[in-house]
Amino acid sequence: MTTPISIQLPAPAPLLTRTGWTGFIVALIVVCAVAPALNLWVPEGSPLHLSDYAVALLGKIMCYAICALAMDLIWGYTGILSLGHGLFFALGGYVMGMYLMRQIGRDGNYKSDLPDFMVFLDWKELPWHWALSDSFVATLVLVVAVPGLVAFVFGYFAFRSRIKGVYFSIITQAMTYAAMLLFFRNETGFGGNNGFTDFKRILGQPIATQNMRMLLFVLTGLALLGCFLLGRWLVRSKFGRVLQAVRDAETRVMFSGYSPLPYKLTIWTISAMMCGVAGALYVPQVGIINPGEMSAANSIEIAVWAAVGGRATLVGPIVGAFLVNGAKSWLTVTAPEFWLYFLGALFIAVTLFLPQGVVGLLRRPGKARAPAQEAAASAPATASAIDANAASLRKEEGVA
Amino acid sequence: MTPELMEAGARRVGAAQTPAGPGQTESGGRAAGFSRLAVPGEVDVTHGRILYLEDVHVAFDGFKAINGLNLDIAPGELRCIIGPNGAGKTTMMDIITGKTRPDRGTVYFGSTIDLLRHNEPGIAQLGIGRKFQKPTVFEQLTVFENLELALKTHKGVASSMFFRLDSAQQDRLAEVLRTIHLAHQPARRAGELSHGQKQWLEIGMLLMQDPKLLLLDEPVAGMTDEETARTAELFLSLKGRHSLMVVEHDMSFIRTISEKVTVLCDGAVLAEGTLDEVQGDERVIEVYLGR
Repeated sequence: MTTPISIQLPAPAPLLTRTGWTGFIVALIVVCAVAPALNLWVPEGSPLHLSDYAVALLGKIMCYAICALAMDLIWGYTGILSLGHGLFFALGGYVMGMYLMRQIGRDGNYKSDLPDFMVFLDWKELPWHWALSDSFVATLVLVVAVPGLVAFVFGYFAFRSRIKGVYFSIITQAMTYAAMLLFFRNETGFGGNNGFTDFKRILGQPIATQNMRMLLFVLTGLALLGCFLLGRWLVRSKFGRVLQAVRDAETRVMFSGYSPLPYKLTIWTISAMMCGVAGALYVPQVGIINPGEMSAANSIEIAVWAAVGGRATLVGPIVGAFLVNGAKSWLTVTAPEFWLYFLGALFIAVTLFLPQGVVGLLRRPGKARAPAQEAAASAPATASAIDANAASLRKEEGVA
Repeated sequence: MTPELMEAGARRVGAAQTPAGPGQTESGGRAAGFSRLAVPGEVDVTHGRILYLEDVHVAFDGFKAINGLNLDIAPGELRCIIGPNGAGKTTMMDIITGKTRPDRGTVYFGSTIDLLRHNEPGIAQLGIGRKFQKPTVFEQLTVFENLELALKTHKGVASSMFFRLDSAQQDRLAEVLRTIHLAHQPARRAGELSHGQKQWLEIGMLLMQDPKLLLLDEPVAGMTDEETARTAELFLSLKGRHSLMVVEHDMSFIRTISEKVTVLCDGAVLAEGTLDEVQGDERVIEVYLGR
């Protein structure tokens, strides 16, 4: 043995780099101050005014971005492709929807204490699973608890049986499809194929005002940033590295003394809970939830956002959600018949030519980066990739 | 009665019945056998064997991969296993590490731990490390992170989330980095390493686990002569502190490291002895040169 060399062990990666924190704070300011100011105080007609339409669209896309982030944790980092995340999104949405239905009170068409669809079905009292729906606190808990519990039970049996790869993807797809069929039925007590709509109030306040929309927008932005930080904390811990190890060589993980089951189950459940939060924020903003949210295509779209933006980067899926949904809202107006072709072509093109996604494309080639640098690297990526809307642009940089 | 109290009692009984001073008992200085308690998770090697396989049988769709295998390994021993393709070498390692369940037979780690009752992560935690035939490292992680993951510590979800290397662990990591000659590039992605370096990294990951028994499946395949020589040096330095079971085809490598060689054929032990002895064995020549 030669003389011992002094070894510089790499320091643990910080939660965010300096650039990352700067971007994060910019995003925070944009979401909490700039966007509300541009929408509420800048007069309509001014070029700087942020229209209500844009607020609604961006709020919706931020909900989608949370889903894409959740998908990235389970697919990008752990290598488990879920095609059933739409279910968790819809479950969160339904829990919130039940609360909003109860908030209608006697203002419905039938002037009854029960939601209209129950009166229509000639039900005399609330079914058991509506018991907690008039409590806002219980709703907040259930928004994460219901998707979390469903994911935990499903995940436990799937992972314990060592179901992997495409088989897992198929059964998640079947899971969301089965749930959709269940929710379509009137007897289930979720409003059948009409779902819930015609919401009037949240916490006693009217829901359709400009201020309430803005509040929901800000909350969604904060939820997105919070999920991003949580995700970042998870993937930079040793826990996150075990997840990546499971993705790359699961047998080696087992022979290193780790049982993959609790790791997969934890990230799977966290991911489902994030989707539940996204769904709960989505419903009051768009004003409707129905079983269509559980359709197979919705879940697949979530995977497309993550793939387009760049898997295993955290920022990538957020970028992807904005890019794809931005394109969607533009294309479905200008050329609605081409949207699905575009989506399909996009998925194929990204898989073939951009395995690292948009964020990977804009990274300097040929240089291996430490994970800590990834977040910083994506800021210019985002800036040059999006020029759709001033507010969304700044938010993107921020999230990086 | 807690286990600690029982152990303390057993120690007192042992002390009362054993003549004072080490080396005076009939068990040759080892702890006396009476009243000794089986401590869960602790390997009992007082009988001089760290691994026993007895009458193990496995069949895959009628093909008898392991057919009445008997094998035992002493603590600190370096045992080489050779045998023609399909002799059951890898299957044997699969059985020891819990990847394959035998149809019948007994597999013991020390004299108290029945390996057939444990799963793969459990067996790894007990202290059996395994290197695969094809080097298996976490390609997207750095060399440093690969070693850190393999480090012997609590491996539950919560402890991983809040894990921080302490200074003793950092020293250990640096030591292993030096041992596997990757000290100058700890931040390099494992996927970018050469084949030989990956082999070394995987061996380094085993060392981080600090196993009592190492199973090494073709550890020098794809290595240069110089790397092979350094590997031999490393294995010889591990011998004594760890038990090693090495499957190899490279006879000159085996000649460098081994004292005892076991020849497997058709899922059972064909011959056992020094390399020269087994190479002179009629039956061994027959299976290697064809009948």
